[in-house]
Amino acid sequence: MSKLTSMREAIAELVRDGDSVAIEGFTHLICFAAGHEIIRQRKRNLTLCRLTPDLIYDQMVAAGCARKLVFSYLGNPGVGSLHAVRRAVEKGIPAPLELEEYTHFGMVARYIAGAANLPFYPVRTFAGSDLLRVNPLIRQVENPYGSGMVFVVPPLNPDVAIIHVQRADVEGNAHIWGLVGVQVEAAFAAKRVIVVAEEIVDEAIIRSDPNRTVIPGLIVNAVVHEPFGAHPSYAQGYYDRDTEAYIAWDTISREHQTLQQWLDEWVYGLSGRAEYVDKLGSQVWQRLKPDDAWSGQVNYGRYC
Amino acid sequence: MDGYTASEMMIVAAARELTHARMVFVGIGLPNIACNLAQRTVAPHLELIYESGVYGARPSRLPLSIGDPCLVSGATGVVPMSQLLQYYLQKGLIDVGFLGAAQIDRYGNLNTTVIGDYYRPKVRLPGSGGACEIALMCRRVFIIARLNRRTFVEKLDFVTSPGFLSGGEARDRLGDYGEGPAAVITDMGIFRFEHTSHEMFLSSLHPGCTVESVQEQVGWPLRVADDLDVTSPPTEEELRIIREELDPAGMLRG
Repeated sequence: MSKLTSMREAIAELVRDGDSVAIEGFTHLICFAAGHEIIRQRKRNLTLCRLTPDLIYDQMVAAGCARKLVFSYLGNPGVGSLHAVRRAVEKGIPAPLELEEYTHFGMVARYIAGAANLPFYPVRTFAGSDLLRVNPLIRQVENPYGSGMVFVVPPLNPDVAIIHVQRADVEGNAHIWGLVGVQVEAAFAAKRVIVVAEEIVDEAIIRSDPNRTVIPGLIVNAVVHEPFGAHPSYAQGYYDRDTEAYIAWDTISREHQTLQQWLDEWVYGLSGRAEYVDKLGSQVWQRLKPDDAWSGQVNYGRYC
Repeated sequence: MDGYTASEMMIVAAARELTHARMVFVGIGLPNIACNLAQRTVAPHLELIYESGVYGARPSRLPLSIGDPCLVSGATGVVPMSQLLQYYLQKGLIDVGFLGAAQIDRYGNLNTTVIGDYYRPKVRLPGSGGACEIALMCRRVFIIARLNRRTFVEKLDFVTSPGFLSGGEARDRLGDYGEGPAAVITDMGIFRFEHTSHEMFLSSLHPGCTVESVQEQVGWPLRVADDLDVTSPPTEEELRIIREELDPAGMLRG
């Protein structure tokens, strides 16, 4: 059964005010197209979950979508601060923002527990860190099989996960290659899943390489075809990370006013990602196009 | 200092610390150049590991972030973060981790979370990312930071990543973790940690720097090694690799 729909319909139907939302992807495959559609539809009071809130949550916080962040690294990777998040946290502009913070491993462990239907997950990180003092959800339990205590984190089960992938079929069976991040854990942990794909492919393509099927259509509610939907993040083999855009964001986001102008021009002023791709222009896409580097092939064998 | 910058001295000093290292957890910026330089000089068998999920990277350009696509193409392996953090890092397979910090104290504890009170921050910093687990689980940790009084402080505003905590056996009491900070590499000298107190001391001065000029930048009375070294300046070959191969645009070596 085809679950193919538009980004507008998927967000309208599956993301609700007050939801907890995870647009995941570690540097790679961050679905900016979905974040922008959430801003356009003026969703409110969201709890935004991500290891690295990145520019996408900086934009959503500035647009007033977020009530709270659940995260582990609050920076513009390789560049510096997330200025909109900092304004919200330090000055309450445009609104105060609640923080619930972990380490990367702590966040990964929360998604694992959420995905595997476990009450908690043990980790050996956090020892000696003040994070224990400011986050009461990080706790210790006694090792039931030996001596000593072990740190545990609770499951994270977002209402919605939005998972960008290179290719999927219309049922949502999806292939990812390159950095997988926590796409799989976040998808299985979520109550509703939107898969956003650079390419929609025939089921036969998915079946030709089943080891690469990391998200099964079984858990997917909607499939959106959105080429270039991850820019300025990237899709391995399709387009490069736009480091110029990440660096430029540092200037754009320094003042609330200039950031709002940017949102007017690049989010509110556009109907969707197709217009964004056009507006960005062919020169940018040419600059971001990688040369080919095909993998070798494996032989799965045919068994009659 | 003639002929090279303070950053180049830091990069070279950090690379030399990796002599014979096998598995290194790489951060972005100066650690990234240092690890790549080490791979071309003192540690030819060095495997570069990134928390994004890459094992054995062979980056063809200098990546801006630890999730850059150039780290994936040609790598030995790419794994989900859940595997990298549990099976590689938590299992204890990684020799060396590199960390930076906004604040560091005399026991090598690091703050990357907040300046001021946590709930009413003067400056909200990025937070841990993978730093806390790297600080705990890598066998040895190297810290790279420019020397100044805002960074080298008497007391941290927040302990994000533990070094030796309050010194002595405090870190051992945490349980079965890595050895902790091995050295702090700065633009003025190299610091190490005493074996029993685990307090930081000045071990080597970079050429042109003095104990007094270093002390001025440190927020506590600094201990100095009896046999204080002077760091060997960068060789022509080390400088050539940095300038021609690793950072031709001069983004990080200035």
